[in-house]
Amino acid sequence: MFKLLLCALAKVRYTGMLAVVWVLLAVPAHAAGSVVPGSSLPWWFWPLALFVTCFLIGIVAVPAGIGGGTLFVPIIGGFFPFHLDFVRGAGLLVALASALAAGPMLLRGGLASVRLALPLALLACMSSIAGALLGLALPASVIQIALGLIVLGIVALMLAAKKSEFPHVAQPDRLSSALGIHGVFIDGASGRAIDWQVHRTPVGLVVFLLIGVMAGMFGIGAGWANVPALNLLMGVPLKVSAGTSGLVLSLVDSSAAWVYLNRGAVLPMVAVPSVVGMMLGARIGARLLHVLKGSVIRKMVIALLLFAGLRALLKGLGVWN
Amino acid sequence: MTDAQISAAQKLHAEQQQAEALRYAFLLDWGSRAGVLALLLSFSAYVFGILTPHVPLDTLPSLWNLPVNEYLQRTGTPTGWGWLALAHRGDMANLVGIGLLAGCSMAPLLGLAWLYAKRHDHVYAVICAVILAVLVLAASGLLTGGH
Repeated sequence: MFKLLLCALAKVRYTGMLAVVWVLLAVPAHAAGSVVPGSSLPWWFWPLALFVTCFLIGIVAVPAGIGGGTLFVPIIGGFFPFHLDFVRGAGLLVALASALAAGPMLLRGGLASVRLALPLALLACMSSIAGALLGLALPASVIQIALGLIVLGIVALMLAAKKSEFPHVAQPDRLSSALGIHGVFIDGASGRAIDWQVHRTPVGLVVFLLIGVMAGMFGIGAGWANVPALNLLMGVPLKVSAGTSGLVLSLVDSSAAWVYLNRGAVLPMVAVPSVVGMMLGARIGARLLHVLKGSVIRKMVIALLLFAGLRALLKGLGVWN
Repeated sequence: MTDAQISAAQKLHAEQQQAEALRYAFLLDWGSRAGVLALLLSFSAYVFGILTPHVPLDTLPSLWNLPVNEYLQRTGTPTGWGWLALAHRGDMANLVGIGLLAGCSMAPLLGLAWLYAKRHDHVYAVICAVILAVLVLAASGLLTGGH
């Protein structure tokens, strides 16, 4: 295992080294004498800490089976000095960049269905704009409380939700039949061609409408909700659910990201180190997927989310500032 | 329908789905690569001081903890597409890359809409067109609200 770990790390060593050198050279370039008011820390400390934190989040997010955006907003919003408006803007970009990085590969591998993604994304795109507008209109404390509750809800979902590798769909519903939502994918593990079809499409559309609101409002991406909705509710095979979820996310987060961008809530100093750190971390996380024990990482992430969710809730309530 | 006809129809459906996926993947891949490259170049220019920022780096820490409206007011940063006029500034130049990332789904959607229209799959051509319209509306800045 140690050898595999070393091998995986060696493969990403050069990219990682280049990125670290880039950040280390870049951040102090203007640092002469400038410190964060009220603290002894220079200004570049926070973007550097952000890069390192996102890099670590990226590593654990993949084996834990959740999007980096889900961890990003509660952790960065809870423990960094940036206002939640900027954290949510960056969170959406982090989730978007992750979805865009994985999307083409999943599509080429037949693990993401365009026909399934488009109708769901249509509604979720519209509602994510509404969610983003609502999120930017509400006071930060209200968003913190709601974020804390949502994150604690995600923890409960991660603990309780079962997964079904190949759900049985006896009869597709009329809407999915009319839209031609079905397909075949080759399961890499067994080499079998799996036929799939979906049911409960109208309910799925309503669920994705709600998912869009949450994605836009909190900037946390929505992979944690997309996958159970596709897999457990609509009966899509787990791997196709995960792939299609990424495709839906790339569209939903795009529409919400435009709202944040137009409202001025995207601060490059927060967004760029986050996106770059998360993308590099996710590459290492994907390579370590076979080495790290998924269940251990998952438990660690659940504990982390529990802590970050409680922190957001207590911060919103003014108990722990 | 005979079994052979059903099998042929399923094969055609699978081939069509693969064509849709490949076209979408190709356009998305190049769009997102362009966005990430623009982001890396502009951020390097920003932090290395090649491009002077609109908001000086050493004042940023006293501003990034403010709500967005207050930040905009204190820094004189425009909303909507107003940043484009300041794109020569180090911080604002990063918004070009961010805009490319946020907008890189538009070309694949357009490509798919065209493919569906050619196949007379009008329902999916309309779905693509409506998603595209929603993204354009979001990008236009017409919907942006405030505190």
